Amino acid sequence: MSAAHTDDNPAKLAEQHIRPNTGDGPVMLQVSDLHMAYGAIRALHGVDLTVRQGQIVTLIGCNGAGKSTTLRSISGMCKPQRGKITLEGREILGLPSHAMVRLGMAHSPEGRGIFANLTVEENLELGAFARRDKSGIAADRERALTLFPRVRERMKQMAGTLSGGEQQMLAMARALMARPRLLLLDEPSLGLAPQIVQTIFKIIREINAAGTTVLLVEQNAHMALNIAHFGYVLEVGRIVMARPAKELAASDEVRKAYLGGH
Amino acid sequence: MADFFQTLIATIAVGSLYALVALGYTLVYGILKFINFAHSDIFVLGAWTTFAGSTVFLTKFGYEPEQSPWWLGVCVLLLAIFVCGLTGYLIERFAYRPLRKAPRLNVLITAIGVSLLLQNVGQLPGLALVRGPERVVTKPADQLTDREKSTNPEIAGDTATIREPGEALATLPFGSSPKRAPTILPDAVLNETVVASGTSKGGAKRGVIVLDQAIELVPDRGYRLEIARTIDGQPRRESLNLAVEPGKYEAGVELATQPRRNPADLDGARYTLVRDPLVPIRLLDVLIVASSLVLMAGLQVLVFRTKLGSAMRAVSFNVDTASLMGINVNFVISFTFVLGTALAAAAAFLYAMKYPSLQQPASGVWVLLGLKAFVAAVVGGIGNVRGAVLGGFLIAGIEFFGARYISTELRDVYVFGLLIVVLLVRPNGLLGSAVREKV
Amino acid sequence: MKPLAEHIRAITPREAFRPVVMFVPWIVCVLVALGMHTLAPLVVDDYWVNVLRRIGVFIVAAVSLNIVNGFTGQFSMGHAGFMAIGAYIGGGVTYYGSLMLHGSVGDPSFQTHGVLLMLGGVAAAGCVAAGAGYVVGLPSLRLRGDYLAIVTLGFGEIIRVLLELTTKQLYTREEVTLGALFKLPLNGPTGFERIPGYASVFWIFLFASITCLIAYRVKQSSSGRAFLSIREDEIAARAMGVNLTKYKVRAFVLAAFFGGVAGALYAHTGVNPSPTDAGFQRSFDIIIMVVLGGLGSISGSVLAAIILIALPELLRDLQQYRLIVYALLLIIMMLVRPQGLFGVREIWDFFGKKNRPTSKEESNP
Repeated sequence: MSAAHTDDNPAKLAEQHIRPNTGDGPVMLQVSDLHMAYGAIRALHGVDLTVRQGQIVTLIGCNGAGKSTTLRSISGMCKPQRGKITLEGREILGLPSHAMVRLGMAHSPEGRGIFANLTVEENLELGAFARRDKSGIAADRERALTLFPRVRERMKQMAGTLSGGEQQMLAMARALMARPRLLLLDEPSLGLAPQIVQTIFKIIREINAAGTTVLLVEQNAHMALNIAHFGYVLEVGRIVMARPAKELAASDEVRKAYLGGH
Repeated sequence: MADFFQTLIATIAVGSLYALVALGYTLVYGILKFINFAHSDIFVLGAWTTFAGSTVFLTKFGYEPEQSPWWLGVCVLLLAIFVCGLTGYLIERFAYRPLRKAPRLNVLITAIGVSLLLQNVGQLPGLALVRGPERVVTKPADQLTDREKSTNPEIAGDTATIREPGEALATLPFGSSPKRAPTILPDAVLNETVVASGTSKGGAKRGVIVLDQAIELVPDRGYRLEIARTIDGQPRRESLNLAVEPGKYEAGVELATQPRRNPADLDGARYTLVRDPLVPIRLLDVLIVASSLVLMAGLQVLVFRTKLGSAMRAVSFNVDTASLMGINVNFVISFTFVLGTALAAAAAFLYAMKYPSLQQPASGVWVLLGLKAFVAAVVGGIGNVRGAVLGGFLIAGIEFFGARYISTELRDVYVFGLLIVVLLVRPNGLLGSAVREKV
Repeated sequence: MKPLAEHIRAITPREAFRPVVMFVPWIVCVLVALGMHTLAPLVVDDYWVNVLRRIGVFIVAAVSLNIVNGFTGQFSMGHAGFMAIGAYIGGGVTYYGSLMLHGSVGDPSFQTHGVLLMLGGVAAAGCVAAGAGYVVGLPSLRLRGDYLAIVTLGFGEIIRVLLELTTKQLYTREEVTLGALFKLPLNGPTGFERIPGYASVFWIFLFASITCLIAYRVKQSSSGRAFLSIREDEIAARAMGVNLTKYKVRAFVLAAFFGGVAGALYAHTGVNPSPTDAGFQRSFDIIIMVVLGGLGSISGSVLAAIILIALPELLRDLQQYRLIVYALLLIIMMLVRPQGLFGVREIWDFFGKKNRPTSKEESNP
């Protein structure tokens, strides 16, 4: 039947577009066969992805493709029905979000998740909530504030009074305060002026250069693929493409669908 | 003027209690966004635990109520806090937590259910915790009533001895009749004046004192005679009222007191004659205000200066994001809940000391009291810690001054009137920040 | 213009019978009430006839509260306040009316006039309660859910306190003057006595079935849909052009009206209405009925009222556990079946579609 038409066979198609993330580093995060539904609405239909240590891996796709749901499942904010998630070889599916932080994962959520009723400083300190090492926290705080000098200027202000870009910087600085080995970033460029987006992506690269693995969810595919090592394309809850970022950026399908090319 | 200051003192003392209870409402509202209708019942539980605990401790350790040592009060306070905190934890864990994601109306209805449950379980007839002395009645065997026969009287010849267990002093649950809580905190009027002192002369029915200096008794002020004696090696104080007209009295004059209830030799006992102050300041009120202020200050530090406090505020702003910070949200919510109930327990303890006549647990009086504290929280701006304190004093003020200067019957009307006015003028309360609902 | 005869000829049989069909539900109400009135004394003794009257009164109370709490989702906790207003107004009209017109209260020879007085009292009670509902509702319905709950709770308490402040009841015709009536001689904290028990099973169930019918009609009307939309999502409802305050106040006033009617009937069942009838405990009783039956379900409220009034009568010995059982019911209900017995649906919705009465929009093209 359909197996005869090799060109239309989805499995065959997938084989062409989906390649395993084979890098040098050991596997940091492994997601396999993730299924997630909100009530009757199915958001993920078996997502597989791999993040290797030291990489920036990006997950791109349109609105409603399931990017945020994937991140939320990884960090324990929603409970997938089926699948397997391992962090450095350890099964983490089903653990509560707050436990993930102790395992070395930080998630900067979509919409930034700033606590508007707290000062910038308190926000930053909450990032290190799970940690006990005072000197280490102080050092990370210095490091985060050096990366984001704008945040330092606003320390005593209520976080709700910050501008969008400043809030995004605060959210990332706050995530760094947990000293994560894996940083999940959900749409850091959302609603920001292009110039600030540039800065943000520059800093993501710096963070990665300093040794933090990054899983980046973005609608701004151009910027994301520019800094990433490996990329996944998500469509209606399925991974449809997985290739090194350079190749993805060059491929016709991605250029057409996500980069505005013709 | 004296009236005014007395009303002011009552306002401050009761206002600080309202504020403590209001803090509980505000903490829970701030973090879970619903009115914990069961909070007033936690307060009732605290007051009745104070009653039961102090009765049991006094009986077991053999102290008279007003002569109990200070640590007994502390023990009872800790007991009340423990019982209320545990109950609060269980309520949160089993009634509210399963409804964390449910519509707020459902949680509100559950809270009403929990409130009804606590009230009515609280006043079930209970098992005796301590009993008074056994009652022994001896009467001729042929005059026994049927009820007495059923208690297995010991019959020796013609006389029967009936042993009845003593009256249950405190029960658990607390039963449905009002009780009077024993006073276990020290109380005295702090600013009274000693007019004279000397040696009492005795007298069987009336005490008689001989003045050793000239004094003047002014009209419209009360005088109290304190006589210190030793009975069975124990120091005892007896308070008596003078039975003489105001006026000037020379040294050496004998003054008689009002008739005494238990005539005993007062000869040679030391006496002091004290004049009541115009505006009495009671030690108990000072204790109440001081401990409330300490608790409020402690709460302020906890919420605004500690890591746990910022976690509480973070959870109150956004539960999901808070958990991404590594905050154990369930723990923080339970902690906040227990904190609120502990404050209510402390307030209830102090309340039971100030107003020892406790109504039965399901009495409307308690609900009204809880409502006033809730109104205090709303008036101050619910979810706002400082607002609750402000609201507590404001509500007590309008209640006591209104009752004193306008009409006592309408005191509840003022409180709810103030609530409605404040909500209409500033729907988020006096200190509440405007929260716009997201579109 | 066409002549009149053509107009008449143009009327289809269906249209011709519309005036008759329109009255059918009302006639059914009368028949239900008559049936209950005749059958009840044959089936049960006097004691249970009395219980039946209380059930009827609480059906009116619960169904009316359901309009606000169930249909509109505004949590009012002061329904007993409106009921108490109704009880005192209704009782007052009958008592002082009889006293002034006849010189004594409860005389059998005055029965017919007395019942008419009672009906006037019920109407007056409904109107005054509705007025009170408007006064309370207009400002407080701007508040969000739980604030409204607390304001209405406070309203009930204020009514209770005010009723306690009323002057002593007057017992003879000579005492009754306009000046004396202005002082509200409603007997303060002891409770208003000697109101004749004119509210027979017939009257109570007539009003109960009319209340249910009107509540049902409201639920099916455009107002009813506005109510339900407010309950589901205020912001969305506003976005659809529903004037929130207008519809909330409308629901509130309607509920208050029937709450007053329930109170007036209650006053005529041989009880002495007292200020505690306005308190929150009574309000809780009615709320429990509404929640148990299902917020928004009329038949649910009716069934819950029947169960919650009859059950304690059956379990007389367990009286002290009554409220504990209520409380557990509420909590377990919220944990296991938060929508109540029937949710927003009606009892007949569970027996297939063929019994469902046709609603208006189905006849529209």
